[in-house]
Amino acid sequence: MTESTNKRPVAAEEKQPSALMMWLGIADNSFTRQKTVKFGDATAVNSGRLYSIITVVALLVLWWVTTANGWVKPIYWPSFEAVGARWTKLIDQGFRNVPLFEHVYISVYRVLAGVFFGALIGIPLGFAMGLSSVAKGLFDPIVEFMRPIPPLALIPLFILWLGIDETAKISLLFLAALFIMIIAARSGVSGVKISKVHAAYSLGASKFQVLKNVILPNALPEIFTGIRTAMGVCWGTVVAAELVAAEKGVGSMIMIAKNFLQTDTVVIGIIIIGIIGYGIEMIMRLLERWLIPWRGKG
Amino acid sequence: MDGADHNGLLVDDVSMVFTLPGGGSVHALKNVTMNLASGELLSVLGPSGCGKTTLLNIIAGFLAPTEGAVFLNGHQVKGPAAERGMVFQQGALFEWLDVRKNISFGPRMMGKPRKETKEKVDHLLNIVGLGDFGDKPVYQLSGGMQQRVALARCLANDPDVILMDEPLGALDALTREKMQGLVLKLWKETGKTIVLITHSVEEALFLGERLIVMAPRPGRIHREYRLPFAERGLTISPREIKASPDFIERREEILSMIWEMEEEIMGGAAQ
Repeated sequence: MTESTNKRPVAAEEKQPSALMMWLGIADNSFTRQKTVKFGDATAVNSGRLYSIITVVALLVLWWVTTANGWVKPIYWPSFEAVGARWTKLIDQGFRNVPLFEHVYISVYRVLAGVFFGALIGIPLGFAMGLSSVAKGLFDPIVEFMRPIPPLALIPLFILWLGIDETAKISLLFLAALFIMIIAARSGVSGVKISKVHAAYSLGASKFQVLKNVILPNALPEIFTGIRTAMGVCWGTVVAAELVAAEKGVGSMIMIAKNFLQTDTVVIGIIIIGIIGYGIEMIMRLLERWLIPWRGKG
Repeated sequence: MDGADHNGLLVDDVSMVFTLPGGGSVHALKNVTMNLASGELLSVLGPSGCGKTTLLNIIAGFLAPTEGAVFLNGHQVKGPAAERGMVFQQGALFEWLDVRKNISFGPRMMGKPRKETKEKVDHLLNIVGLGDFGDKPVYQLSGGMQQRVALARCLANDPDVILMDEPLGALDALTREKMQGLVLKLWKETGKTIVLITHSVEEALFLGERLIVMAPRPGRIHREYRLPFAERGLTISPREIKASPDFIERREEILSMIWEMEEEIMGGAAQ
């Protein structure tokens, strides 16, 4: 007994790092600590949270120091206080007689409408292309031609055709989402393992039952990835479209604010755009985990 | 032979020729004929490229032979149907459904009454030893358990013939041996006609009442055996059978036969 304790010194126990150190990423967890090969092992890279905190604090300090000392003119970058004051004012009075919430709401609404209609038309089209040679032949030239064109390049055409009203913007977003959804649905359909389809037919399923009970659920993960991508692309596109021509929306808000040299409003708009884009991504990931728990487990 | 008044499974002079895009053709199967009485278990062995999977796909109705035909209980096979169930190697379960829904897939598609289906699924879950796992998603099960689900899913439809394409091929050696026992037990309890394709000589010998060894280029039946081991497996332990002298003798005989064919293929490829 004494022998075995001699062989294993208790020093290792004393060196246990605290939970805080592991949370901050300055100490590795107990598995990584035992690894001798760490460079090249992606799982040995920890959160590095302490350094993230340092980055954020440094940026805020830089902002504060440069603006408080007047090293940067307010027209290029506003001070903390200016942004704070503008924020209260925007909440109280809105921007150009339109409540701040409405600017945000209208942008989000356009994105959701565009993605909704894009999915509504794109998913059946993608399915048709994955299941029928005729549909594939008919639509392939259009899809392959449209695929590399950034939606923003279509803005001038849409303004010529539909003006600058709501229809024009939602149509543009619809088109941006449409091709993403077609391609996602098509690859979801072509990704089905033939043994699953064969199994279903051997179990007595009809063609329609195979479509509904095998091909559709099998394609859901890809379709969901498509919706997530479409949301991201459409969020970027809506802001750009609003920069060009719109009276409401976050994009138009920062464009108009620029014309009045309200840099603080521009900065607030940019922060809102970032937060909402991030929020959309997070919500989609949560929905995905909840709705498609079998993803990647086939 | 006339398929129309035959009872059981009849593969009647089946050939399969694929034309290659660059010209020329591949004879995947040449004049394969075999005859299975109802309730027989046939193992099919052969080196890779001997057309055994093509043969199984033709029996299942996924492929139409270029010559010949397959008959089951007197009628010609024209496509997949519930009378011929399939058990695949792996990955053919529906991962979006739980164990119970996977097993009940066939009866649900055929519109069978719910209560009857539920009783059947409960019964099958117990038979394959998954009584407590009915509500688990299939992707949480081990490979061996997943193949138990695949067997139960196939049996839930009460097919006349069960076609098994390397059903135990992806399992580790210990699980595989345990599953061989289960296949043997299910075969005896249900009296199904089974065609089992495998790479494992030991498995083919242990499970098959009959064994067909196929040869490649063109894919054809090389030799046929009638085996006593499956019958013994019901009373004697699998290890004991696999260690018996006549089992080992057969195993070595067939192994060297397949080795010879493999060598021939390699020789042919080298020239």
